[in-house]
Amino acid sequence: MRVLAAMSGGVDSAVAAARAVDAGHDVTGVHLALSRNPKTYRTGARGCCTLEDSRDARRAADVIGIPFYVWDMADRFHEDVVDDFVAEYAAGRTPNPCLRCNEKIKFAAVLDRAIALGFDAVVTGHHARLGADGLLRRSADLAKDQSYVLAVLTREQLDRSIFPLGDSTKAEVRAEAARRGLAVAEKPDSHDICFIADGDTRGFLAQRLGEQPGDVVDATSGAVVGTHAGAYAYTVGQRRGLHLDRPAPDGRPRYVLSITPKTNTVTVGPAEALEVSQVRAERPVWTGGPRPDGPIECEVQLRAHGDVSPATVALDGDTLHAELRRPLRGVAAGQAVVAYRPDPAGDIVLGSATIAG
Amino acid sequence: MAYLDHAATTPMLDEALEAYVATAREVGNASSLHAAGRKARRRVEESRERVAAVLGARPSEVIFTGGGTESDNLAVKGIFWARRASVDRHRRVVSSAVEHHAVLDAVDWLGEHEGAEVGSLPVDPAGRVDPAVLRAELEAHGDRVALVTAMWANNEVGTVQPIGELAAAAAEYGVPFHTDAIQAVGQVPVDFAASGVSALTVTGHKLGGPVGVGALLLGRDVAATPVLHGGGQERDVRSGTLDTAGIVAFAVAVEAAVKSQQEYAARIAALRDDLVERVRRAVPDVVYNGDPVNRLPGNAHFSFPGCEGDALLLLLDAQGIACSTGSACSAGVAQPSHVLLALGADDDRARSSLRFTLGHTSSRDDVDALIAALPGAVERARRAAAYRTPR
Repeated sequence: MRVLAAMSGGVDSAVAAARAVDAGHDVTGVHLALSRNPKTYRTGARGCCTLEDSRDARRAADVIGIPFYVWDMADRFHEDVVDDFVAEYAAGRTPNPCLRCNEKIKFAAVLDRAIALGFDAVVTGHHARLGADGLLRRSADLAKDQSYVLAVLTREQLDRSIFPLGDSTKAEVRAEAARRGLAVAEKPDSHDICFIADGDTRGFLAQRLGEQPGDVVDATSGAVVGTHAGAYAYTVGQRRGLHLDRPAPDGRPRYVLSITPKTNTVTVGPAEALEVSQVRAERPVWTGGPRPDGPIECEVQLRAHGDVSPATVALDGDTLHAELRRPLRGVAAGQAVVAYRPDPAGDIVLGSATIAG
Repeated sequence: MAYLDHAATTPMLDEALEAYVATAREVGNASSLHAAGRKARRRVEESRERVAAVLGARPSEVIFTGGGTESDNLAVKGIFWARRASVDRHRRVVSSAVEHHAVLDAVDWLGEHEGAEVGSLPVDPAGRVDPAVLRAELEAHGDRVALVTAMWANNEVGTVQPIGELAAAAAEYGVPFHTDAIQAVGQVPVDFAASGVSALTVTGHKLGGPVGVGALLLGRDVAATPVLHGGGQERDVRSGTLDTAGIVAFAVAVEAAVKSQQEYAARIAALRDDLVERVRRAVPDVVYNGDPVNRLPGNAHFSFPGCEGDALLLLLDAQGIACSTGSACSAGVAQPSHVLLALGADDDRARSSLRFTLGHTSSRDDVDALIAALPGAVERARRAAAYRTPR
């Protein structure tokens, strides 16, 4: 097959591209330029959009021996991922930009363009398994598993995707990179959000949304217990940085329970109030077999690297309902609920939907 | 492989490569006083005379440099600084809108860091600077202008400027005139003295010499402040140990390119005309950019409506055809060419452009290979354009 390898400049995508070559594919490497001004991200960046990353990707392509190009996806990325990120926070939800980037950029804009240019599939360095059965499964390396952020992909998108790293651990990937003479073998993993170079999400949002002071309200008493500079800076489940004026009557720590943009209110309460056992989610995608007619038993995960709980999941038109057998904490609107079926060959992604607020 | 990117760099001539290797085997710093040094010095000076002879300059007007970008920087910054040092109001630097970044960015840098006032000469849709436009500029600001710079021929669309007329206009107002002739030497007749320019940039690797060596021809009465400070090897204007082997090979290449220019231009222009004709037949709605007559013999530059240039480049590259979208920026992200925009092209047309440039090793086979691959590539690129990034 003629395949396009998305190369971030990191070790995973470099090894993935090399494995695609070994598998007999005709591979072309592409680095996605996602920053509108890559020079400003040159230092201190931990993401995947700096000039240095672009050079690393090019060197890896040289070593692997494949053609390499840079595709400018900055405007698209800003509209579909960065602007969406800001708008979601402003609406009181907690977006996952990696998931959105997979859904809108890597396996949409890039994949579509690749297909139009005559490629058959896109190769990435995601840690997830996608085998001949077409089922998306958790990575062999559970600590690095990225099936959660890929669960939004549709059947059509998965059919055009290749994830060569799913059966390997990160340590194996690094060792292989070193064996292959790839200079990125020891490059640190990227963390956090690639377009927030200093990792200060709150500052990033404040710059774009401005100060919007409002009340922090205690859910139990209904009393105003503090003020905030912008409800967007809070995430459900958050405990630190609440700056409450007075302690709760019971003296126990308070957590963010919900954010109400309409009244610009952050509601806080005790830990147990965070526990959620029913989840309603929208725009379901179902790829792990035929769409179920009735309720099914499976496991659900409600945030990246979050806990899983056994659950009963049912689809009703454009809505997904999940009844959790074991309540989970920190369930935030805007995150994905991903349904898995436990499997010895790697838990199978059944489907996903966006948690409604 | 069909190499259609000779304006980026062209293969070294055999005689230049041989001269390089032979000289590089010899030890000797041209500034040393002993026999080995004198031998190297002799090679450098013979090379200086050869370059001067074929380009219509005096040997003392040839300043060897590390290539085109250095020569352009030395001319633009060096002449600006010298002019301002002698007369404080000489602070305006005027360049054509289609200059290479080596000139454009040097001018902008003077504007941002040295208090220069930056003037730009617009071009017509063919990419040509009207001498009347320069006259108007000089009439309005002549007493403040430190320097005018306009390239002899454009690297992207191949348009050849009326350099003699432009230089004459500048001379009337007593303003030094620099021309970047990197794309012109060996392609069109270039005579430093006859052209009336004050300074002229030439580089080796565009005409069959090595990369990393070039020259600034600088009139004897034109003052320039150094950019590189050090031993003052070149007329106290340029420092750095002389690259004897590079200079020798450069001189061999310049001499060969200039001496064969007429015959070369006739052969390559005919091949180029054939390429243009066949591209037009293969892609009827193609737009041929630049001046159809006053242009470099090896340059063919097109806009392919409905395509993205970088998609076309990828598809042609996959079939062994090397061409260029024009200027590339540091991250490898294609920006719309400032040259195309200056010609009046909109963003879409600028981004749909592709440059094919022929050179001394080009043959009909290269053109055949392009024509075989192009229609399919254009069709695919048009389909892919539906998925282009919205701007």
